[in-house]
Amino acid sequence: MLSKRIIPCLDVREGRTTKGIKFENNIEIGDPVEMARFYYEAGADELVFYDITASHEKRNIMIDVVKKVARTIFIPFSVGGGIRTLEDMRAVLLAGAEKVSVNSAAVKNPDIISQGARAFGNQCVVLGMDVKHVGEKQGIPSGYEIVINGGRTYMGMDALEWAKKGQALGAGEICLNSIDADGTKDGYEMTLTRMISENVNIPVIASGGAGTPGHLAEVLTHGRADAALIASMVHFGTYTIAEIKSFLNRRGVKVRKTEIDHGLSHS
Amino acid sequence: MIAIVDYGAGNLTSVARAVSFLSFDSVITDDPAKIMAADRVIFPGVGAAGAAMEVMAQRGLDDALKEVFAAGIPMLGICVGCQIIMDTSQENNTSCLGLIPGRARAFSDTMPADHGGDGFLKVPHMGWNGLEVVRDHPLFAGVGREDEFYFVHSYYPDPDSKDAVFGTTDYGISFASAVGKDNLFATQFHLEKSGKPGLLILKNFCEWTPC
Repeated sequence: MLSKRIIPCLDVREGRTTKGIKFENNIEIGDPVEMARFYYEAGADELVFYDITASHEKRNIMIDVVKKVARTIFIPFSVGGGIRTLEDMRAVLLAGAEKVSVNSAAVKNPDIISQGARAFGNQCVVLGMDVKHVGEKQGIPSGYEIVINGGRTYMGMDALEWAKKGQALGAGEICLNSIDADGTKDGYEMTLTRMISENVNIPVIASGGAGTPGHLAEVLTHGRADAALIASMVHFGTYTIAEIKSFLNRRGVKVRKTEIDHGLSHS
Repeated sequence: MIAIVDYGAGNLTSVARAVSFLSFDSVITDDPAKIMAADRVIFPGVGAAGAAMEVMAQRGLDDALKEVFAAGIPMLGICVGCQIIMDTSQENNTSCLGLIPGRARAFSDTMPADHGGDGFLKVPHMGWNGLEVVRDHPLFAGVGREDEFYFVHSYYPDPDSKDAVFGTTDYGISFASAVGKDNLFATQFHLEKSGKPGLLILKNFCEWTPC
């Protein structure tokens, strides 16, 4: 039986993570490569990097980070943020990322999904969706609307329709981020996650709102998510990956065990 | 020197990086002469079996791999590399290398979901899943019962003979996820993306002397 995936998300600006990991001895690590190594060793199933570098000229810094990460960890990782063209996708994948995530560029130009899927395979293309609950609104039958610019711009697109269209265009996976839940630590957007996951046949990663291991248990069972994205709850040392997985295991959620030692750690 | 066969099927550099992390030398090549002269051969891959076999034929790599197999050189297939060693693949009815009798089959898209509700298991099978060792093999040395591996695939190998099946995995059905014969071993899962247990099998391969 397939395990549910636990995926730490790292925001990177100009080659540094915006939130470092705080360890017990208060040493903070802000190097994304070191953080990747830390989470790899700690039992993360996959990693997500979001490049939030504002300037397009400085984007090569991220490619360098991706190359170093690819030499350091041997689990899948995806890179998103600012991916606008097929060439952007190619650069990230050639640098060693397993998957590339497109969000606002796909909203503006859906063909980038099919182009990417044709060129690199569906499994390489993740459709990132930022979603807000809008309730009853014309043209938004599901009550959830696609937004960009961190939730400031409403696109008039229905989230459920967009998810189905993304799958049809060749996206291999959906990373579903609720702007309403993001940063609240009050739990994932359950209604949205379940609705999308039950209506597509590609894996759905739930994102936004994780504050406790219970939130992950909820979204991975009732929410029908295939994977859960986490950020501050592990970055600030509130929980370890092992604690989260052990909690999920006790709650009957199948996760990959992290405590097995094969003697192949970084020296 | 380990030859990593370039047949236009996906990210070969990730396998090369994993081999390099384990302190073995490798070269990515599509030159049949280099492949036949290598100490060991790895043929990884993502994508479609049809496209893979087409490129193999164009570059003369199909014959090279058959010769490597006949010469007893250790060889390792990964993912699509685990499917094209069969006689045929259901993926576009592709004729394959025929190193292990059998065929690659597609997952059904009507396997019931495992959450107890309505709906079907998602295809491709993507993510971490277990491995049940059904036949011991030197490449499994050190692999534990609870180890999991990373999969991304819609097709799986189905050898005619149970003797070729070394490991199985459950996803709606129990399928062969590790197969082998003589000097050939192949995993449906990505050794280069399966963390430490994946690296362990890769390391075992780099040190393997088939008897």
